Amino acid sequence: MAETTTHDAHVSSTGLSNVKLGMWLFLGSECLLFGGLISTYMLYRGRVSDGPTPEQIYDIPFTSVSSFVLLMSSLTMVLAVSAAQKKDDRGINLWLTTTALLGATFVGGQVYEFTAFYNEGLGFSTSLFGSSFYTLTGFHGVHVTVGIIMLLALVAINKRSSVPGSKSETVEMIGLYWHFVDIVWIIIFTLVYLIPV
Amino acid sequence: MTTETIEGTHLETEQEHGMSTRGYIVVALILAAITALEVSTYYVDFGPLFLPSLIVMMVVKFVMVVSFFMHLRFDNKIFSWLFYSGLLLAVGVYVAALSTFHFFLR
Repeated sequence: MAETTTHDAHVSSTGLSNVKLGMWLFLGSECLLFGGLISTYMLYRGRVSDGPTPEQIYDIPFTSVSSFVLLMSSLTMVLAVSAAQKKDDRGINLWLTTTALLGATFVGGQVYEFTAFYNEGLGFSTSLFGSSFYTLTGFHGVHVTVGIIMLLALVAINKRSSVPGSKSETVEMIGLYWHFVDIVWIIIFTLVYLIPV
Repeated sequence: MTTETIEGTHLETEQEHGMSTRGYIVVALILAAITALEVSTYYVDFGPLFLPSLIVMMVVKFVMVVSFFMHLRFDNKIFSWLFYSGLLLAVGVYVAALSTFHFFLR
């Protein structure tokens, strides 16, 4: 019986990692999920009923800072992947933790934003605009939160691992997920916040 | 039981693909600059260029993150096909859906 040295990569007949193929397929399918949510928002953003309009409640400077924070978390994530390729476990843990902290800052900003909007009269069922806005940005926030949990879990697992670089593929997969969350926000920031109704 | 190493194949976890740390920082700085330019459209009147410039900047940022941070530019083309086919399917489906609601004629 031949054992193939592939570390934690499970290789298919194409010579590519099955896990990575699966992750890219998953991300491709996620485009359909967020495409549906963004399209629904675009259709309903003008339907405000008696509630506040987007122009009345959006705080562009605040959201711009949040967007910048999430964008920079992509840099720290790719530095974690780079450290994983060099089997630098200390670097991996440092950059993963930094990424998680930046992600938590973004989510904290989103919670603050939701609270401010609610206090200004925009509840989930106030209008079709409110429902589609909270659904879209809420789904994105949940994705970021899941990413933070995965990052922190990976740091904990990596600290217990005795083999340097043994989790390199896992770091790369979580990195792909994290960058995807970032590119979804790139689209949301432009279409939802910057383009007026 | 023998142990062998696959050679001549693209084991993605082992590949030193991607860029240098400096390269990643340069990409991040460009992304930050584009974001600043995007935000400036909120304060400065870009006239008829407002919407096209925002869409172009959004697409450039999207492609830069996917190409450099997600390594699609350096990876096997199968990954690009998997992702971009999902993306194009989503764009096609939802452009068609929005068209049925006359969204683009408003």
